[in-house]
Amino acid sequence: MSDAMELIRVEDLHKSFGSLHVLKGVSEHIVKGEVVSVIGPSGGGKSTFLRCLNLLETPDSGHIFFEGVDITDKRVDINLHRQKMGMVFQHFNVFNNLTVGKNVTLAPVLLGKKSQKEADETARELLERVGLYDKIDQNPRKLSGGQKQRLAIVRALAMEPDVMLFDEPTSALDPEMVGEVLQVIKGLVKTGLTTVIVTHEMGFAKEVSDRVFFMDGGIIAEKGTPDEVFNHPQNPRTKEFLSKVLY
Amino acid sequence: MNFLVIMGRLWGQYWKLFLSGLGMTLFMGFLTVLISSVSGSLMAMMRRSRWGIGKFRPFSAIAAVYVEVIRGTPILLQLYFFYFMLPQWLPFLNLSEFACVMTACCVNSTAYVCEIVRAGIQAVDIGQTEAARSLGLSSRQTMMYVVLPQAVKNILPALCNEFVAIVKETSLASTFFIGELMTQFKTINGITFRVLEPLTIVGIIYFLVTFVLSKLIAALERRMGAGE
Repeated sequence: MSDAMELIRVEDLHKSFGSLHVLKGVSEHIVKGEVVSVIGPSGGGKSTFLRCLNLLETPDSGHIFFEGVDITDKRVDINLHRQKMGMVFQHFNVFNNLTVGKNVTLAPVLLGKKSQKEADETARELLERVGLYDKIDQNPRKLSGGQKQRLAIVRALAMEPDVMLFDEPTSALDPEMVGEVLQVIKGLVKTGLTTVIVTHEMGFAKEVSDRVFFMDGGIIAEKGTPDEVFNHPQNPRTKEFLSKVLY
Repeated sequence: MNFLVIMGRLWGQYWKLFLSGLGMTLFMGFLTVLISSVSGSLMAMMRRSRWGIGKFRPFSAIAAVYVEVIRGTPILLQLYFFYFMLPQWLPFLNLSEFACVMTACCVNSTAYVCEIVRAGIQAVDIGQTEAARSLGLSSRQTMMYVVLPQAVKNILPALCNEFVAIVKETSLASTFFIGELMTQFKTINGITFRVLEPLTIVGIIYFLVTFVLSKLIAALERRMGAGE
């Protein structure tokens, strides 16, 4: 893999919350077009790792290069780089003060990426694609969890990001709504969009990923293709974790 | 029976005094909330400011001390303080008694409004901020377009409650015969030597005003809770 294709490079990332050392030196790179799933037990640092990638958490030390720029450098305007990194949260975080349509158009218009007219056009297309077009003028509070998450995905896509970060996108959903959200993500992945997804959906991770990271104790304890990690795990901690979740 | 008759007679004779007192009370309450909405919001911005040298954040610290001192001392003491000290410190301004009392009210209310605004902003789920920032919005844009529109729904009803509280607290300004409702009780008490009857009338007026206001606030809260 050449340097030109490298989208994200992480070097020796450390992060503590008080006395809790959550990330203990993570180094990794993610290539353009790659789909990476991050699995592992709670408290292993998965979400913190993901949130460091767009600096929602500020790492204590280490470097993150996004499209060749060290975004941990204090002189870098992180807002510009975040525009190219879409993020989807466990708890949806759709904007409650805006209609479904405005949720999608706010950022592109405000940040000068699109005119209101162009943004409305894109919002219509995207909402149609995820089956929310008829809700465009509604307040998102009235949506179901699955609908909220689909809206959140569309909101991130409207910025035409170079990478999508998913932080446990189905963990807060009722079981019957997990499928509809995974379906949307699956469709996205097929378009070749670089994706990093923290998830507990092992079947999904196995199916869509190019690579899987197993995180435990603040490090990437094992990584490889889905076949390597799920079917032939080398690390005893990976084996133990998988034996508990794949019953 | 006698009590009601005297009350009726007092009302018939002095209703203008009572109403002008009420007008003054409402005017003071309104002006105080109006001014302290601005100063309290600025104070809340200071309190939330993260600018600092190392761990020390001077703006935030000043605002925190201000809020603690004002909330930790009685408003009557603050009234005395500004009533006597302002003319001494700023003699060239020739401040009226009313201006001194209003200053005290505003200084007091600023601290409470600061906490109302701060709590209103804090009550907005942090996830809303994270989502906005993850899209590339600056902290300022996030505040303007996402957080504040939601915080207003928490802040407005609380501000109205602050108005109700101020309406009652202005009665303390009667110490200086400012002309609000409680002052009028003292005036009428001085003329007629009656206590219970004028006091009851004043009490009924205070109660009616605050009761109606709190019902209105409850309705406002319901409407805001219902969303768009």
